[in-house]
Amino acid sequence: MAKQLIKGNEAIVKGAILAGCRYYFGYPITPASEIAEAAAFYLPLVGGTFLQAESEVASINMLYGAASGGIRAMTASSSPGISLKQEGISYAAGAELPMVIVDIMRGGPGLGNIGPAQADYNQIVKGGGHGGYKLIVLAPNCAQEMCDLTMLAFELADKYRNPAVILADGFVGQMMEPVEFPEPVKKLPEKPWAIKADSDDENRLISSIDLELEKLEQHNLELFKKYADIEANHVKYENYLLDDAEIVLIGYGVVSRVLQTVVDELRQRDIKIGMLRPISLWPFPKKQIAELAKRVKEFFVVELSAGQMVDDVRLAVNGKIPVHFYSRMGGVVPSPEEIIEQLMKLNEAN
Amino acid sequence: MAKALIKADSFYEIYERKDGIKDVTHYCPGCGHGVLHKLIAEALDDFGIREKSILISPVGCSVFAYYYFRLGNIQAAHGRAPAVATGIKRVHPESVVISYQGDGDLAAIGGNNILQAANRGENITVFFVNNAIYGMTGGQMAPTTLIGQKTTTTPYGRNVVNEGYPVRVCELLATLDAPVYIERVALTDAKNTSKVRRAVRKALQNQIDNKGFSLVEVLSACPSNWKMTPVQAKQWVEDNLIKQFPLGVYKDLTDQIKPKKAEKQVFSVDGLKEKLNIPMEEEKYSTSVKEAKEFRNMKLKIAGFGGQGILLLGLGMAQAAMQAGYNVSWLPSYGPEMRGGTANCHVNISKERIGSPLVSKPTVVIAMNLPSMEKFQSEIEPGGLLLYDTSLITQKPVRDDIKVLGIPATQIADNLGNTRIANMVIMGAFIAYTSVLDKQAVINALPFFIKRKNLIPLNEKAIVEGMNYVLSSN
Repeated sequence: MAKQLIKGNEAIVKGAILAGCRYYFGYPITPASEIAEAAAFYLPLVGGTFLQAESEVASINMLYGAASGGIRAMTASSSPGISLKQEGISYAAGAELPMVIVDIMRGGPGLGNIGPAQADYNQIVKGGGHGGYKLIVLAPNCAQEMCDLTMLAFELADKYRNPAVILADGFVGQMMEPVEFPEPVKKLPEKPWAIKADSDDENRLISSIDLELEKLEQHNLELFKKYADIEANHVKYENYLLDDAEIVLIGYGVVSRVLQTVVDELRQRDIKIGMLRPISLWPFPKKQIAELAKRVKEFFVVELSAGQMVDDVRLAVNGKIPVHFYSRMGGVVPSPEEIIEQLMKLNEAN
Repeated sequence: MAKALIKADSFYEIYERKDGIKDVTHYCPGCGHGVLHKLIAEALDDFGIREKSILISPVGCSVFAYYYFRLGNIQAAHGRAPAVATGIKRVHPESVVISYQGDGDLAAIGGNNILQAANRGENITVFFVNNAIYGMTGGQMAPTTLIGQKTTTTPYGRNVVNEGYPVRVCELLATLDAPVYIERVALTDAKNTSKVRRAVRKALQNQIDNKGFSLVEVLSACPSNWKMTPVQAKQWVEDNLIKQFPLGVYKDLTDQIKPKKAEKQVFSVDGLKEKLNIPMEEEKYSTSVKEAKEFRNMKLKIAGFGGQGILLLGLGMAQAAMQAGYNVSWLPSYGPEMRGGTANCHVNISKERIGSPLVSKPTVVIAMNLPSMEKFQSEIEPGGLLLYDTSLITQKPVRDDIKVLGIPATQIADNLGNTRIANMVIMGAFIAYTSVLDKQAVINALPFFIKRKNLIPLNEKAIVEGMNYVLSSN
């Protein structure tokens, strides 16, 4: 298989097109702009449409319109841009529109900076928009996964008629690594519900409004039934040297890469340490963490935020064993040495 | 509640989606929406385009337009109907997409969306109902509320000092180049209503003919929120609204544009990988050289000024190493830093799975200017390598527990006639010294990172010069 050295952001676009995506609506923002640029370059070559919208708000609503048409479509942005899209994301979740949204997270709050960060976990995983909904959230940690998980995101979005998000940090977006691109999806799934400008359209409606209270409640119940199905079937995670581990590191995105180095170095010192890497942030691998909590001594969570995913880890652990936390923010990524030092301090304290 | 008179085929026979009584609309007596709906539905019937028409319902009183129109319906977020219309129209260019909006939706919260859709010349039809008030939410000020007009949020009358002036949408949009047809009409007497009918049809016909963006603003009564009888309200449109919003054609290029046929989008994967520039066959090269033990799992930091080709040097190494069977990663400094000032990148070249792409303890530092050497030499692992450009850095490195390789790369590049290939001189020196890659591995990789093919021979020469410098000084 041929490998291509490619930026994570560009791998997303190629993965998306291989998955059958032919429509992109977006607005430029660092460190996500290469996604728009690559989409602008490649989509016209494959009979697709790239449109630079007037705003993030317009782009998510163009996506809403395009997704209503039953094709595969996407948008991408970075943290502040994603904040702006939240209303539209809520509408898409309510109207059950499949779409893929990419968030290449940067430092915040506010305008912050363009360094890598993971402080959008809550706004993506917990539903940053109004109304209480769930998004399928996948967190790649290398260029290969930027491609593969984007393709998976399209598949799951269509399967469940739900928006899916690729949540990555600036480093995963900016770094170049070898990628083996898979074969393209040759046929898109049928979507009988979608607006097709044909004689059956009179029976179709894309909408998130329902004034009848019980009916809207029923709609919510159905959504949550769907979410339960996703939770039961699509949890993704990676175990790294966990078999005999006593200390378990947990991190996603670029952090998991740093944690791998930490594990490798400490294993050389005969420390029984391993890593659990959530790949799907929602559904979250809470069962796997709860199981580990029965046999390991402690968890050590690292994030590029003041602590967001760690809340989900703590819920899963439910007080059974200690959950330690370390973070850097503002675009700073901790070095392996720095994390090892923290672990050593903890060890001394015990 | 108004009963529909003769029902157009483009309306549902029974309004199943509506709660309560299913054969009347939810609009108030004297409201213009019902009449405009009817004029649109009749036009769709007459043009025979019902089945391929798609209606975008906005947020406002017409949020439930989808109760009535028997066609593809999409309900949109407040103000975003033109963006939603853009999305679906791009997917189904052969359809007829109608964005139906009120004054708050179109002229306030969605002001930019209508402006930009018009400016792009989206081939859609917009019906803009202006009744100078927010109907659905119970009579608040609209961007088109008249000066002095009392609403629930201008209880003392609209005051220009506080709220500004009523927005004239047709006049604004008519300044743009792209729109094809913009007209303001009013639903008052029979004469004006027949003008509305004509405008509705023209705006739809333009879309059928793929001529571009059409917008019809319809001045309309809102007796309930104006607190008038339907008769009084119609009179108020005539006496007040039309004065602020004069009727007429504001732009019309209809006759100047030839009708076009819309092309249906076709999904195809023919030659997809080729079009995506995805390599079909592996560019694999088995290197005969063996890197010295200390250079296994190499972690590099490469740094210098922006413009020295720092990122490209790292990229070239990663490309060549990948083709030679290594795992690699390349992480650039990105963003404003690149625009002047320093540039650096982190490269991992390893036989094993690469952990952190971020290099904190480099085994090799390549410094192409003094600040970079000063900044990074302290980080080098004992026994590691510092490779630096002696033409630009006259200062000697201070570390004595590392290997040091100085090469006058810029001077060698100058001698070759191009300062900018100093990075490839460094590349040559690097591979000769470390044996991580051989010459052929790098030559094979050149076309992948040197985009201008005519520069490849020069780059090759620079690599050879760099190698020769190291080999001859050993």
